[in-house]
Amino acid sequence: MSTACKSKCGNRAVLKRPKTGDALCKECFFLAFETEIHNTIVENKLFKNGDRVAIAASGGKDSTVLAYVLAHLNRKYNYGLNLVLLSIDEGITGYRDDSLETVKRNRDDYGLPLKILSYEELYGWTMDKIVAQIGRSEALAFKDTTKKVVRGICSKCGFVSSQQPCKACVLLEGLNRGLPKLGIGKKSKGDRMIAQQNKELALKERANLVKNDF
Amino acid sequence: MGGTDLPLVLEFGGGAELLFDNVKKRQVTLDGSKTWKIKELLGWIRDNLLRERPELFLQNDSVRPGILVLVNDADWELLGELEYELQPNDNVLFISTLHGG
Ligand SMILES: [Zn+2]
Ligand SMILES: [Zn+2]
Repeated sequence: MSTACKSKCGNRAVLKRPKTGDALCKECFFLAFETEIHNTIVENKLFKNGDRVAIAASGGKDSTVLAYVLAHLNRKYNYGLNLVLLSIDEGITGYRDDSLETVKRNRDDYGLPLKILSYEELYGWTMDKIVAQIGRSEALAFKDTTKKVVRGICSKCGFVSSQQPCKACVLLEGLNRGLPKLGIGKKSKGDRMIAQQNKELALKERANLVKNDF
Repeated sequence: MGGTDLPLVLEFGGGAELLFDNVKKRQVTLDGSKTWKIKELLGWIRDNLLRERPELFLQNDSVRPGILVLVNDADWELLGELEYELQPNDNVLFISTLHGG
């Protein structure tokens, strides 16, 4: 029992895209996924030639896919982007050093420079030092009143997430609407509109105050 | 005894292997004198392989949401999910995506 790829390429379909319901083979899925992202980038003018763009990399699957896709599209379509991987090292032995190994592999696999900023550099403290100072980590406890992370199911894609909707859906939604949070110092159209409205409101407010003074 | 075996390769990844003695890939042989659907395989896995916290792998007679199931590298959604009838030498891969971004 096998389903043919919807693109009529002759290959066997290996997945059903949640977004469209299309049954696609691996190659056609990659092409569809990457082309949509490329179209979004172009239509929304997300980048300019020569832009320096940092990709916040955690070593998890989401930022790994992001790093791969941006490096791939940058090469394929000559965006002229200067891509950098940026990671934060909180200094948690056995936790962050593992995921930093993955980020280093991203660096090698995708040929991107990697900048690791540590808590130590940023604040002069690692998480380990903080814990050592406060006391043994076993002695650390949450108050009963502390709000804890609740594992839920993303209402959009059905994946497990503590956020509603999940980070991946937020990112996708943002990309679809052209409100990326990927770039450094990039202002979106939406942000600019809100800033403009705030400015007008402030001006109106001041005009009212001036009027009331009389 | 019919003497027929149903050999399968089971793989666990993305962190799911932690629930299975940290073994990522194993060869198993089921009783081939009857047919096995994936839903029956899940029960067999629970009874024979699952070492800890079954609720992190199974939920309501299926895999927990967030675990991808691939049969011979194809998403089980294309094959009928729980109703798919396993064939000799099928490769069934469970990938957990529960480890966050
Ligand atoms: Zn295809
Ligand atoms: Zn989601």
